[in-house]
Amino acid sequence: MTPGLEHYLVISALLFALGLLGVITRRNLLIIYMSLELMLNAANLALVAFSRFNSNLDGQIMVFFIITVAAAEVAVGLALIVAIYRKRQTAQVEDLASLKL
Amino acid sequence: METVLFYAFAALTVLCALLVVANPFSRNPVTSAMFLVLTIVSMAGLFVLLHAFFLAAVQVLVYAGAVMVLFLFVIMLLNVKEEERRKVKLFGMVAGLVAVGAIVAIFLQSLFVAKPGSNLPPPAVEGGVAPLGKLLFTHYLLPFESVSMLLLVAMVGVILLSKKEIK
Repeated sequence: MTPGLEHYLVISALLFALGLLGVITRRNLLIIYMSLELMLNAANLALVAFSRFNSNLDGQIMVFFIITVAAAEVAVGLALIVAIYRKRQTAQVEDLASLKL
Repeated sequence: METVLFYAFAALTVLCALLVVANPFSRNPVTSAMFLVLTIVSMAGLFVLLHAFFLAAVQVLVYAGAVMVLFLFVIMLLNVKEEERRKVKLFGMVAGLVAVGAIVAIFLQSLFVAKPGSNLPPPAVEGGVAPLGKLLFTHYLLPFESVSMLLLVAMVGVILLSKKEIK
Protein backbone atom coordinates (compact mmCIF):
# COMPACT_ATOMS: atom_id res chain seq x y z
CA MET A 1 0.00 0.00 0.00
CA THR A 2 1.51 3.31 -1.05
CA PRO A 3 1.19 6.15 1.49
CA GLY A 4 -1.96 8.20 1.00
CA LEU A 5 -3.05 11.68 1.97
CA GLU A 6 -3.73 10.73 5.59
CA HIS A 7 -0.17 9.51 6.13
CA TYR A 8 1.27 12.86 5.12
CA LEU A 9 -1.31 14.76 7.16
CA VAL A 10 -0.42 12.77 10.27
CA ILE A 11 3.26 13.64 9.82
CA SER A 12 2.30 17.28 9.29
CA ALA A 13 0.17 17.27 12.47
CA LEU A 14 3.02 15.77 14.49
CA LEU A 15 5.48 18.37 13.19
CA PHE A 16 3.09 21.19 14.00
CA ALA A 17 2.58 19.83 17.51
CA LEU A 18 6.33 19.60 18.08
CA GLY A 19 6.78 23.17 16.91
CA LEU A 20 4.01 24.35 19.22
CA LEU A 21 5.55 22.45 22.10
CA GLY A 22 8.84 24.22 21.46
CA VAL A 23 7.19 27.64 21.35
CA ILE A 24 5.36 27.01 24.63
CA THR A 25 8.02 25.28 26.70
CA ARG A 26 11.41 26.58 25.57
CA ARG A 27 12.81 29.80 26.97
CA ASN A 28 15.49 30.70 24.45
CA LEU A 29 14.35 33.22 21.82
CA LEU A 30 16.36 31.57 19.04
CA ILE A 31 14.93 28.12 19.75
CA ILE A 32 11.41 29.56 19.90
CA TYR A 33 12.10 31.04 16.48
CA MET A 34 13.28 27.68 15.13
CA SER A 35 10.11 26.06 16.45
CA LEU A 36 8.12 28.66 14.53
CA GLU A 37 9.95 27.59 11.38
CA LEU A 38 9.00 24.00 12.19
CA MET A 39 5.32 24.96 12.35
CA LEU A 40 5.54 26.78 9.01
CA ASN A 41 7.13 23.70 7.49
CA ALA A 42 4.35 21.50 8.82
CA ALA A 43 1.82 23.71 7.03
CA ASN A 44 3.93 23.47 3.85
CA LEU A 45 3.92 19.68 4.00
CA ALA A 46 0.13 19.58 4.41
CA LEU A 47 -0.33 21.96 1.46
CA VAL A 48 1.94 19.95 -0.82
CA ALA A 49 0.17 16.72 0.15
CA PHE A 50 -3.26 18.24 -0.57
CA SER A 51 -1.97 19.62 -3.86
CA ARG A 52 -0.66 16.22 -4.92
CA PHE A 53 -3.72 14.19 -4.01
CA ASN A 54 -6.23 16.69 -5.39
CA SER A 55 -4.26 17.01 -8.67
CA ASN A 56 -4.14 20.78 -8.37
CA LEU A 57 -0.94 22.82 -8.53
CA ASP A 58 -2.29 25.86 -6.64
CA GLY A 59 -1.18 24.38 -3.30
CA GLN A 60 2.41 24.21 -4.48
CA ILE A 61 2.29 27.86 -5.62
CA MET A 62 1.05 28.69 -2.11
CA VAL A 63 4.00 26.84 -0.60
CA PHE A 64 6.35 28.77 -2.87
CA PHE A 65 4.96 32.05 -1.52
CA ILE A 66 5.06 30.76 2.06
CA ILE A 67 8.77 29.93 1.69
CA THR A 68 9.47 33.42 0.33
CA VAL A 69 7.55 35.15 3.10
CA ALA A 70 9.19 32.92 5.71
CA ALA A 71 12.62 33.96 4.45
CA ALA A 72 11.68 37.64 4.81
CA GLU A 73 10.20 36.95 8.24
CA VAL A 74 13.35 35.20 9.44
CA ALA A 75 15.52 38.09 8.31
CA VAL A 76 13.41 40.69 10.11
CA GLY A 77 12.94 38.55 13.22
CA LEU A 78 16.62 37.78 13.61
CA ALA A 79 17.46 41.48 13.17
CA LEU A 80 15.01 42.21 15.98
CA ILE A 81 16.60 39.55 18.19
CA VAL A 82 20.05 41.03 17.56
CA ALA A 83 18.74 44.52 18.38
CA ILE A 84 17.17 43.26 21.63
CA TYR A 85 20.38 41.45 22.53
CA ARG A 86 22.40 44.63 21.99
CA LYS A 87 20.12 46.55 24.31
CA ARG A 88 19.55 43.94 27.02
CA GLN A 89 22.39 41.40 26.69
CA THR A 90 19.98 38.48 26.91
CA ALA A 91 18.08 36.09 24.66
CA GLN A 92 15.90 34.50 27.33
CA VAL A 93 12.22 35.36 27.32
CA GLU A 94 11.97 35.61 31.13
CA ASP A 95 14.39 38.55 31.10
CA LEU A 96 12.29 40.40 28.54
CA ALA A 97 9.21 41.01 30.67
CA SER A 98 9.25 44.79 30.97
CA LEU A 99 5.72 45.01 29.55
CA LYS A 100 4.46 42.90 32.44
CA LEU A 101 2.55 44.84 35.07
CA MET B 1 9.90 1.09 -2.52
CA GLU B 2 7.93 4.31 -2.17
CA THR B 3 6.40 3.07 1.06
CA VAL B 4 9.79 2.24 2.56
CA LEU B 5 11.17 5.65 1.57
CA PHE B 6 8.10 7.38 2.96
CA TYR B 7 8.43 5.74 6.36
CA ALA B 8 12.18 6.37 6.45
CA PHE B 9 11.84 10.09 5.65
CA ALA B 10 8.83 10.50 7.93
CA ALA B 11 10.59 8.90 10.88
CA LEU B 12 13.71 10.98 10.24
CA THR B 13 11.66 14.19 10.01
CA VAL B 14 9.75 13.63 13.23
CA LEU B 15 12.79 12.39 15.15
CA CYS B 16 14.92 15.38 14.14
CA ALA B 17 12.06 17.78 14.89
CA LEU B 18 11.82 16.26 18.37
CA LEU B 19 15.55 16.77 18.82
CA VAL B 20 15.22 20.42 17.76
CA VAL B 21 12.65 21.08 20.45
CA ALA B 22 13.68 18.81 23.31
CA ASN B 23 17.20 17.48 23.03
CA PRO B 24 18.06 15.54 26.20
CA PHE B 25 21.82 15.69 25.55
CA SER B 26 22.43 19.32 24.71
CA ARG B 27 20.73 22.65 25.33
CA ASN B 28 22.96 24.41 22.84
CA PRO B 29 21.10 26.40 20.12
CA VAL B 30 23.69 25.28 17.54
CA THR B 31 22.66 21.64 18.01
CA SER B 32 19.02 22.62 17.55
CA ALA B 33 19.88 24.50 14.36
CA MET B 34 21.75 21.49 12.97
CA PHE B 35 18.82 19.19 13.68
CA LEU B 36 16.51 21.73 12.05
CA VAL B 37 18.66 21.48 8.91
CA LEU B 38 18.26 17.68 9.01
CA THR B 39 14.50 18.03 9.47
CA ILE B 40 14.26 20.34 6.47
CA VAL B 41 16.37 18.09 4.26
CA SER B 42 14.35 14.99 5.09
CA MET B 43 11.20 17.00 4.48
CA ALA B 44 12.57 17.79 1.02
CA GLY B 45 12.70 13.99 0.59
CA LEU B 46 8.99 13.84 1.43
CA PHE B 47 8.37 16.58 -1.16
CA VAL B 48 10.13 14.46 -3.78
CA LEU B 49 7.88 11.52 -2.87
CA LEU B 50 4.94 13.87 -3.46
CA HIS B 51 6.36 14.71 -6.92
CA ALA B 52 6.98 18.33 -5.91
CA PHE B 53 10.47 18.39 -7.37
CA PHE B 54 10.83 22.15 -7.69
CA LEU B 55 9.71 22.75 -4.12
CA ALA B 56 12.10 20.09 -2.84
CA ALA B 57 14.97 21.94 -4.52
CA VAL B 58 13.77 25.29 -3.19
CA GLN B 59 13.38 23.81 0.28
CA VAL B 60 17.00 22.68 0.33
CA LEU B 61 18.39 25.84 -1.30
CA VAL B 62 16.39 28.48 0.56
CA TYR B 63 15.67 26.85 3.92
CA ALA B 64 18.62 24.56 4.56
CA GLY B 65 20.94 26.93 2.72
CA ALA B 66 20.06 30.56 3.25
CA VAL B 67 17.74 30.65 6.26
CA MET B 68 19.71 28.25 8.42
CA VAL B 69 22.99 29.97 7.60
CA LEU B 70 21.36 33.19 8.79
CA PHE B 71 20.31 31.44 12.00
CA LEU B 72 23.81 30.12 12.60
CA PHE B 73 25.29 33.56 11.89
CA VAL B 74 23.08 35.11 14.54
CA ILE B 75 23.83 32.35 17.05
CA MET B 76 27.56 32.89 16.55
CA LEU B 77 27.11 36.66 16.64
CA LEU B 78 25.24 36.61 19.95
CA ASN B 79 27.75 34.16 21.38
CA VAL B 80 25.03 32.51 23.44
CA LYS B 81 26.67 30.35 26.03
CA GLU B 82 25.39 26.92 26.88
CA GLU B 83 22.06 27.65 28.42
CA GLU B 84 22.38 27.11 32.14
CA ARG B 85 19.76 24.91 33.69
CA ARG B 86 17.12 27.25 34.94
CA LYS B 87 14.35 26.19 37.18
CA VAL B 88 11.68 24.92 34.83
CA LYS B 89 8.23 26.06 35.81
CA LEU B 90 6.27 22.86 36.30
CA PHE B 91 2.93 24.55 35.68
CA GLY B 92 4.04 25.94 32.32
CA MET B 93 5.44 22.59 31.25
CA VAL B 94 2.27 20.69 32.17
CA ALA B 95 0.01 23.31 30.60
CA GLY B 96 2.04 23.22 27.40
CA LEU B 97 1.95 19.44 27.20
CA VAL B 98 -1.80 19.36 27.82
CA ALA B 99 -2.47 22.02 25.17
CA VAL B 100 -0.29 20.27 22.59
CA GLY B 101 -1.83 16.88 23.40
CA ALA B 102 -5.32 18.31 22.97
CA ILE B 103 -4.41 19.83 19.61
CA VAL B 104 -2.90 16.56 18.39
CA ALA B 105 -6.03 14.71 19.54
CA ILE B 106 -8.23 17.15 17.61
CA PHE B 107 -6.09 16.81 14.47
CA LEU B 108 -6.04 13.02 14.52
CA GLN B 109 -9.70 12.70 15.43
CA SER B 110 -10.78 15.00 12.60
CA LEU B 111 -8.54 13.08 10.18
CA PHE B 112 -10.04 9.82 11.37
CA VAL B 113 -13.61 11.08 10.98
CA ALA B 114 -13.26 13.04 7.74
CA LYS B 115 -10.97 10.59 5.87
CA PRO B 116 -9.99 13.25 3.29
CA GLY B 117 -7.95 10.78 1.24
CA SER B 118 -10.70 8.29 0.44
CA ASN B 119 -12.31 8.16 -3.02
CA LEU B 120 -9.90 10.62 -4.62
CA PRO B 121 -8.82 10.02 -8.21
CA PRO B 122 -5.23 8.81 -8.59
CA PRO B 123 -2.80 11.76 -8.41
CA ALA B 124 -1.83 13.19 -11.76
CA VAL B 125 0.12 16.42 -11.20
CA GLU B 126 3.85 16.85 -11.46
CA GLY B 127 5.38 19.80 -9.63
CA GLY B 128 8.24 20.35 -12.05
CA VAL B 129 9.75 23.71 -12.97
CA ALA B 130 7.77 24.11 -16.20
CA PRO B 131 4.17 23.74 -14.92
CA LEU B 132 4.86 25.75 -11.76
CA GLY B 133 6.62 28.51 -13.68
CA LYS B 134 3.79 28.71 -16.19
CA LEU B 135 1.24 29.10 -13.42
CA LEU B 136 3.42 31.56 -11.52
CA PHE B 137 3.90 33.90 -14.48
CA THR B 138 0.32 33.84 -15.74
CA HIS B 139 -2.31 33.32 -13.08
CA TYR B 140 -0.20 34.32 -10.07
CA LEU B 141 1.74 37.20 -11.60
CA LEU B 142 0.42 39.88 -9.25
CA PRO B 143 1.18 37.97 -6.01
CA PHE B 144 4.61 37.17 -7.44
CA GLU B 145 5.37 40.85 -8.01
CA SER B 146 4.02 41.84 -4.59
CA VAL B 147 6.28 39.27 -2.96
CA SER B 148 9.25 40.98 -4.59
CA MET B 149 8.08 44.26 -3.01
CA LEU B 150 7.75 42.46 0.33
CA LEU B 151 11.33 41.22 0.09
CA LEU B 152 12.52 44.76 -0.70
CA VAL B 153 10.66 46.13 2.32
CA ALA B 154 12.07 43.39 4.55
CA MET B 155 15.58 44.21 3.32
CA VAL B 156 15.18 47.91 4.08
CA GLY B 157 13.72 47.08 7.49
CA VAL B 158 16.58 44.77 8.38
CA ILE B 159 19.19 47.34 7.38
CA LEU B 160 17.42 49.96 9.49
CA LEU B 161 17.11 47.63 12.48
CA SER B 162 20.70 46.53 12.44
CA LYS B 163 22.16 50.03 12.47
CA LYS B 164 24.18 50.81 15.52
CA GLU B 165 21.86 53.36 17.08
CA ILE B 166 18.10 52.96 16.96
CA LYS B 167 16.65 56.41 17.43
